[in-house]
Amino acid sequence: MRATNLVKSFGEGEAKTVAVQDVSFDAYFGEMLFIEGPSGSGKTTLLSLISAILRPDSGTVLIEDKDIWNMSSDELADFRLNKVGFVFQDFHLFPRLTTVENVAIPLILKKRDWNESIDEAMKYLDIVGIKDRALLQPVKLSGGEQQRVAIARAIASQPDIMILDEPTASLDGDTGKKILEFVKKDILNDKRCIIVVTHDNRIFEYADRIIRMEDGKIVRTEQGGKREE
Amino acid sequence: MKGILKIAYKLLVNDKGKFSALLIGITFAVFLMVMMTSMFSGILNRSASTIHNLGAKVWVMDPAVNTPANSIPMPDYVLDAVRSITGVKYAVPLYSGGALVKLKSGAYQSVTVMGLDDASLYGRPELIEGQIEDIYAENAFIVVKDSEFPKLENPQVGTEFELNDHRGVIVGIAKVATGSLFGVPTLYTTYNRALQYIPSARFTTAFILLEPKSSDDLPYIKAQVKALGYEALGKDEFVDKTSNFYKFKTGVGTNVLIMTVISFIVGLSISGQTFYTFILENLERFGALKAIGAKGRELVYMILFQAAFTALTSYGLGIGLAALVITIAKWRLASYAAMITFTDLGLAFIMVIIIAGISSYIGVRKVLKIEPFDIFRG
Repeated sequence: MRATNLVKSFGEGEAKTVAVQDVSFDAYFGEMLFIEGPSGSGKTTLLSLISAILRPDSGTVLIEDKDIWNMSSDELADFRLNKVGFVFQDFHLFPRLTTVENVAIPLILKKRDWNESIDEAMKYLDIVGIKDRALLQPVKLSGGEQQRVAIARAIASQPDIMILDEPTASLDGDTGKKILEFVKKDILNDKRCIIVVTHDNRIFEYADRIIRMEDGKIVRTEQGGKREE
Repeated sequence: MKGILKIAYKLLVNDKGKFSALLIGITFAVFLMVMMTSMFSGILNRSASTIHNLGAKVWVMDPAVNTPANSIPMPDYVLDAVRSITGVKYAVPLYSGGALVKLKSGAYQSVTVMGLDDASLYGRPELIEGQIEDIYAENAFIVVKDSEFPKLENPQVGTEFELNDHRGVIVGIAKVATGSLFGVPTLYTTYNRALQYIPSARFTTAFILLEPKSSDDLPYIKAQVKALGYEALGKDEFVDKTSNFYKFKTGVGTNVLIMTVISFIVGLSISGQTFYTFILENLERFGALKAIGAKGRELVYMILFQAAFTALTSYGLGIGLAALVITIAKWRLASYAAMITFTDLGLAFIMVIIIAGISSYIGVRKVLKIEPFDIFRG
């Protein structure tokens, strides 16, 4: 994934705020890339720009040499469905659906048969280690378990890029570390790139590379801890 | 598509509180709408019961007559004049009037007396007991076995009563298609006996029942009757005139319309508000779905499905409830005038669709506005 000269601003005239200023960076398959920085530094906006959610004012996002922002809105939706897996900060699980139904959502959006989707979702729940919670509603799960459900939902569409937005924000320190350890060990692979937005320095050890943002710009890129084989 | 609608279904019905509130709101609205309109339909149907029961193709009357219950007697020459119009196969007089009968128990009861043409007995009801020829016997009357029948103390063939100091005898029991509106039993006799038993004014013919040679003759007959200063109406036209009178000139129609509109507003308010709250509560999830890869139109289908499912389920429940209440009411009150017609069902359906449409429109607008980026921003 190659982001080049991305610019995004909000508002007009005197109220105009430039959230991302001329940002360029690459992310690679098999890499766990962290984007960190203080609140308001433009991390979330950058994440939205590279995941086909927010259109940049200028710049390109190439994925496998194709500029995603030349796509139509339907193509962008398909792109997000097939190429990107999201783990939202607040998980955004559906409280009225069971855990396994939550995980099956991307498969159902791909027009897969309901029962087939549920069967496959069970496999992902097994991967994240909470298969026994499949029929419970998310509200009956702990924060760590809900995070795992969100991860299972994100990997269900077999995405090339997985995006985790503040994955430890709603978790205690130990659980957060366990989740990141699990993601790096069991979810990351040579055909997948994982981008994590965080300002939790306790988990930096799991990064392969860390991009630091300040005031909408990349101010530093450094190597993180090494991926365990 | 099936899968995403199943998600929509589960999101809706698993939120039991909101779903119940939606169902109750729209069911109540449908129930009220159907009850109002069916009561009105029942009243209209019964108001035209005489027209249906006598079955004449053409009715001649004074132009000021609005319903078969309020006739203005016509002079005898009108009958002769009508009979002489080209295209008239036959025309007979009909007596229609009210009287008071004294029953065997000594109680008095109001009745409607229909006097049929002596020669032809045109408009005679179908008998379930007795012979029609017996109507020519001395003091003979035929009683209609409808919801008002018990008010005459359930008479049988041979039962005697008094009518204006005249002896009356039941010689037959008849059935009719439609009961009367005013809660009064109906007796049939011959035209001349009716005149003999009931004090009359100078003119006695309430209506002239007419059979044209062919339907092509009707416009000419109507024109000729109009030239006489009277009005000839086809059966359906007279039914419509009667209905229009009750709809527009009595206040009944306006009251029913107001109640129906209030029911609609109640249903719309409850369901619109609840559905809007439901959408607001799920807005973040819809945004998450959009971020995951759902297309805008798929979210629209979900909302439309939820609104349509709720509306149609409530429609069925509302209709069922109204039918149950009407059945129980008719079981307990024989003269209860309500009937669910296809028009009532259609009207309630249209209103439910409007409720669903407006509710879902609000939801769709909200959901289409949500940007997945808002989900990231939290």
